[in-house]
Amino acid sequence: MAIEDELHAAAVKIGRANPQGREGASKYLKQLDYSVLQQCIHCGMCLPTCPTYDETKLERNSPRGRIALMRTIAEGRLEVTQAFGRELYFCLGCLTCETVCPAGVRYGEMFEHGRADIEQAGVLRRPLRDLVRTLTLRWMFIRPRALRAVGRLIWIYQASGLEWLVRRLELTALLPVRLRGLESLTPRVQRHFSDALIRPVETPSGNRKYRVGLLTGCVQDLVFSHVNRDTADVLLANGCEVVTPRLQSCCGSIHAHNGELELARKMARRNLDTFDLDRLDAVITNAAGCGAHLKNYAHLLHDDPADAELAVRWSAKLRDVHEWLAEIGIQAPAGSVPQKVTYHEACHLCHGQKITRQPRQVLKAIPGLELVELRESTWCCGSAGIYNITQPEMSQKLLRRKMENIAKTGAQIVASANPGCSVQLQSGASSSNPKLVIAHPISLLAEAYQKGKRADRARFTA
Amino acid sequence: MQKVASDLTKVLGPDRLLWEREHLLTYGFDGTAALSGEAGCVALPKSVAEVAQIVRYAAANRVPIVTRGSGTGLSGGSVPVAGGIVLCLAQMDQVLELDPKNLTIRVESGVVTQKVAELADGVGLLYPPDPGSMRISTIGGNVAENSGGLRGLKYGVTRDYVMGLEVVLADGEVVSFGNKCVKDVAGYSMKDVFIGSEGTLGVITKVLLQLVPKPAAKETLLATFSQMDAAAETVSAIIAAKIIPCTLEFLDKITIRCVEEYAHVGLPLDAEAILLMETDGHPVVVREEAKQMAEIARQHGAGAVQVAQTPEEAARLATARRVAFSALARVSPTTILEDATVPRSELADMVRFIQQTAAKYAVRVGTFGHMGDGNLHPTFLTDEKNTAEMARVEKAMAEIFDHAVALGGTITGEHGVGLAKKAFLPKAIGDASLETMRQLKRTLDPNNVLNPGKIFD
Repeated sequence: MAIEDELHAAAVKIGRANPQGREGASKYLKQLDYSVLQQCIHCGMCLPTCPTYDETKLERNSPRGRIALMRTIAEGRLEVTQAFGRELYFCLGCLTCETVCPAGVRYGEMFEHGRADIEQAGVLRRPLRDLVRTLTLRWMFIRPRALRAVGRLIWIYQASGLEWLVRRLELTALLPVRLRGLESLTPRVQRHFSDALIRPVETPSGNRKYRVGLLTGCVQDLVFSHVNRDTADVLLANGCEVVTPRLQSCCGSIHAHNGELELARKMARRNLDTFDLDRLDAVITNAAGCGAHLKNYAHLLHDDPADAELAVRWSAKLRDVHEWLAEIGIQAPAGSVPQKVTYHEACHLCHGQKITRQPRQVLKAIPGLELVELRESTWCCGSAGIYNITQPEMSQKLLRRKMENIAKTGAQIVASANPGCSVQLQSGASSSNPKLVIAHPISLLAEAYQKGKRADRARFTA
Repeated sequence: MQKVASDLTKVLGPDRLLWEREHLLTYGFDGTAALSGEAGCVALPKSVAEVAQIVRYAAANRVPIVTRGSGTGLSGGSVPVAGGIVLCLAQMDQVLELDPKNLTIRVESGVVTQKVAELADGVGLLYPPDPGSMRISTIGGNVAENSGGLRGLKYGVTRDYVMGLEVVLADGEVVSFGNKCVKDVAGYSMKDVFIGSEGTLGVITKVLLQLVPKPAAKETLLATFSQMDAAAETVSAIIAAKIIPCTLEFLDKITIRCVEEYAHVGLPLDAEAILLMETDGHPVVVREEAKQMAEIARQHGAGAVQVAQTPEEAARLATARRVAFSALARVSPTTILEDATVPRSELADMVRFIQQTAAKYAVRVGTFGHMGDGNLHPTFLTDEKNTAEMARVEKAMAEIFDHAVALGGTITGEHGVGLAKKAFLPKAIGDASLETMRQLKRTLDPNNVLNPGKIFD
């Protein structure tokens, strides 16, 4: 028996490896249209922009290297191996490579198919990993009620003082190292979720120019429900009637990015059914990670005879909130936010959706706000979905780099339009820059509108 | 694990000696279409001593070595030899000395070209060679391929900026050639032997580069032509008027259409050619030259001449040229970028010949390039899976190279011979020249260990 086989057998015994073997056949990459894989001209322009290549200077850790592996697998010259699995989970999925690619390679699509192959081949299977994936991807994130129940439990844990007690008594030391890191990353859950803050239909006080649907998200709904309220306020202030369906489902991006393409399709179909597209001018999202995926429904469901057509219409109406505001023109706020603000660009906004100008437009529309540009603003902060949990070391390196760049701007507020980034930046700020405020650009705009209204009322009562 | 890999692991440790197949596959190619190979291992040295050790080992055991940097070459020069060693110098990336007094910079081979440009810029200097891949290409690779760029007409190519080299010879000996002296005629100019040698004569480990003062001003113009000849005549007239622009870039009809489809920059779709012209130097001179160039273009039938008034506008005018390659690369699965080069006076003839040949073989070719120095980039838009079309592409390419040579030009202006142009070299340079090159190779690398099978067999 070769040494690798012996090591593998030993790993299986202690539950650290997949008993079915270290390799498996490809299903998803082989099904993927070959022209997608062939489009890479291996020119290397993606290398300097890839955060993992920048760190290791190893070809395998670059988009070009990963594409070469995926292409080899699709061609049947390489099995889906454990090394390939580890490689594709080392990738952040930040899509910076798509922005710089001269040949227009659709890396994101390949990446999703690659991860789906890794899951169906089971090359990374381990008992703990399986359990976590079942609890989250296959249970919590497909059941909105369950997700909220979990959110509620975390809120009770945090608000009751139990969390404080556990930390004080250092009971977290009892947790495995991985989970200990996770515990400290747990964001503050809000007392009220979006449903409690936003009515099903809200109509602007003035002239109604548009009717839009509002997506409330998962993490956004539990941790940043106030951002959803702010988004509704900003839309109202800009003449939009806001329709917010109750009990919305996850958009499925977490499934698509983690190798569960079938579940992702299921979630997409469910979302299509939630909104009456014919009665809406646009469907609005304020979470970059969701937005990039939501816009992709047309592609995700293009093979689905029942929903393909609806998905195309969905994608055509889907707008990131900044994009929508820039399109309809931003109502000038009467109040001001006299603060120095810098803007961190969420990967799935600037690379995933190519939206860079509009959030700045929103910030610049706020009187008194001084926008200072952030060095490497489009470089990933290391949040990358659940990357900060699965790859804590690389994630922390990226976070440190981001926090250093933010510190150099001297800004009091860093604006960012993705819940994942906000949680990550918050954790960075708590250890290196406690005074730093992390805010969604829309929240800052909402504040300016709010202050304007208050000033108006004050004048009226005076 | 092979014996070579296990032996070299003792030198570099397991992190810098890669042999897993998932690693080898990713070092199997460079920027060239349809060429690949699978090495036995990849070595990532961090010092010249380690390079020397690896080369000595390879020489003693007759294992082929293919040296590479970031693998952006366009002639297959760094495609691995099956079972051989890939010697990747990307991790030898120390900047050793920036010397503004002597206008030089000394770097290790793995330093990225862009970094050299930025360091020079930081002290008010310029490193002129700007190959298209400079954001990731390494200086070592640029020297080994003698890379060009957009500014060749006025500033020359990589060779013109190399003052010294440190090289590991085929027997593992470490030697240095050249120094910071502008004048030095002590013996043969050995550094010049290694510049453009494509990794076949030695392993370049350190480079001493010359920098020049940064020009104070730059003017950018864009001219549109309905006749290819008018564009070519404009170029000739500008040079005859004793103006040496830093950039004279051109796009042909197919490229213009692809660019317009991709970037919507407002180019006239009926134009046969557009010229992007830039002149740099003293502000007063530059302004005067820009005016003259605009005038010459109009006299020679340019439909429209735009002169940038602000740096932003200059960037906008340059967009068409900047995105030319991207625009073409999106059209089809396989993009083959060639670099047939002719004397400037033959440009119009050459471009027309390329268009006719493409039509004859029913293949799509977009041509853009450096009109100022005669370096064209006929770009084949094809699909390597389509064997019938690929056969026609090969034929068209061979005719284009033959014609370039017949016009007194060359088969490659800046990409090198590597594997891609190997078959065309004998005809292009003749038997006697080729034999001289072979003799040199045999003398410096008697065991044929360094990048065997590249340039010639």
